[in-house]
Amino acid sequence: MDINLTIIGQSIAFAVFCWFCHRYVWPLFANVLEERKRTIAEGLEAAAQAEQKLESAARQTAEQLDEAKASAAGIIEQANRRSAQIIDEARQQAQMEAERIMQAAQAEIEQEANRAKEELRAQVSLIAVAGAEKILGRTVDQAANEDMLRQLAAEL
Amino acid sequence: MAAADAESQTVQEYIVHHLSYLTFGRHPDGHWGFAHSPEEASEMGFMAIHVDTMGWSIALGAAFLLWFRRVGLRASASNPGAIQNFVESIFEFVDARVSEGFTHKNSLIGPLALTVFVWILLMNTMDLVPVDWITGIAAWVGEHIFGFDHMPFKIVPTTDPNITMGMSLSVFLLIIWYSIQHKGIGGFFGELAFHPFGKWMVPFNLMIEIPTLLAKPISLGLRLFGNLYAGELLFLLIAGLLGLWQLPAHFAWAVFHLLVVPLQAFVFMMLTIVYLNAAHEPAH
Repeated sequence: MDINLTIIGQSIAFAVFCWFCHRYVWPLFANVLEERKRTIAEGLEAAAQAEQKLESAARQTAEQLDEAKASAAGIIEQANRRSAQIIDEARQQAQMEAERIMQAAQAEIEQEANRAKEELRAQVSLIAVAGAEKILGRTVDQAANEDMLRQLAAEL
Repeated sequence: MAAADAESQTVQEYIVHHLSYLTFGRHPDGHWGFAHSPEEASEMGFMAIHVDTMGWSIALGAAFLLWFRRVGLRASASNPGAIQNFVESIFEFVDARVSEGFTHKNSLIGPLALTVFVWILLMNTMDLVPVDWITGIAAWVGEHIFGFDHMPFKIVPTTDPNITMGMSLSVFLLIIWYSIQHKGIGGFFGELAFHPFGKWMVPFNLMIEIPTLLAKPISLGLRLFGNLYAGELLFLLIAGLLGLWQLPAHFAWAVFHLLVVPLQAFVFMMLTIVYLNAAHEPAH
């Protein structure tokens, strides 16, 4: 074993190589690995955030759907009520109309009957005179029996 | 060249050649130059440098760092390619070991562990290159171009104790530096002097604790060196002794060595992390 200057040369080379590695090699890889670690962490975080967003969006959708259902149910109920109301109103109106028509018809019938009575009344003296002439066999003076004839007509 | 010279070369010469370093240093007469034989190399003593292992070590370390830097500059967080994935998996493997084993704040430990692991892994992997390929080419070039007979050329830096001890002693200096920084000088020496048995046993405590401390860098460096040196030596013995039978034997040993190569890189990295973590613990 001959120890000589080589041992010092190797020590110097070792020191220089360590310095070079520390200064120019190690940081390159440390940075790359650090950057990759960061990228992965960011990716995972973004994924978690996206998942959260998705969850909240789903929740929101469900809420909105519920709301829409509730409002649709409200609208349907309202419409039902409204239609019932309209039907009611229409029925009432129809009843009223029917009554009105019936009343009008009755009034007309009454009027017609009255008119017929008036006509009958107007002609009753003539009929009575004609009847009496037939019975008596002679003419009856209408003017002389005016009072009795008017009384007869009024009794009708 | 090994095959061509096999007749004129004994197995011992072959192995010695493969275990020698291409050494540049100061000759005893004072001038600087390459050592042309193992004897010349040992005469140079400390004032010499192993051009082959040092060169491979720096080349592999630089290749690793420049390649990682290139991949890192083109890296994209969202769309990584196959090469980026490969480099990132190494990075994440080391980063995970650091965050498991190192419980304090120090931005140097990660890069240090990454450098240690990949660099040692690459240096160890050179052990799987067949022993004569690059060494043979280099010897041929040395002989025919530079007139350098039997030029040695070792390509596995971690079979050179200078390389492994250079790294483990650097780690040791960091251990001492961070210990003093986080425990204070008093705390650091207090742990050595008063640790297992209290203040009445200071000499005994020092006798236990100082070897424990020194054993860390020595075992760290020698474990790596020993494993790889033994592995290389066995490849050389197989190549030198078995003739044609070396092919299946090489294969079997290479498969086993495939486990040793990353394991030793991993062990060195883990122990570095653990030692430095202990250095960051506050004194108690």
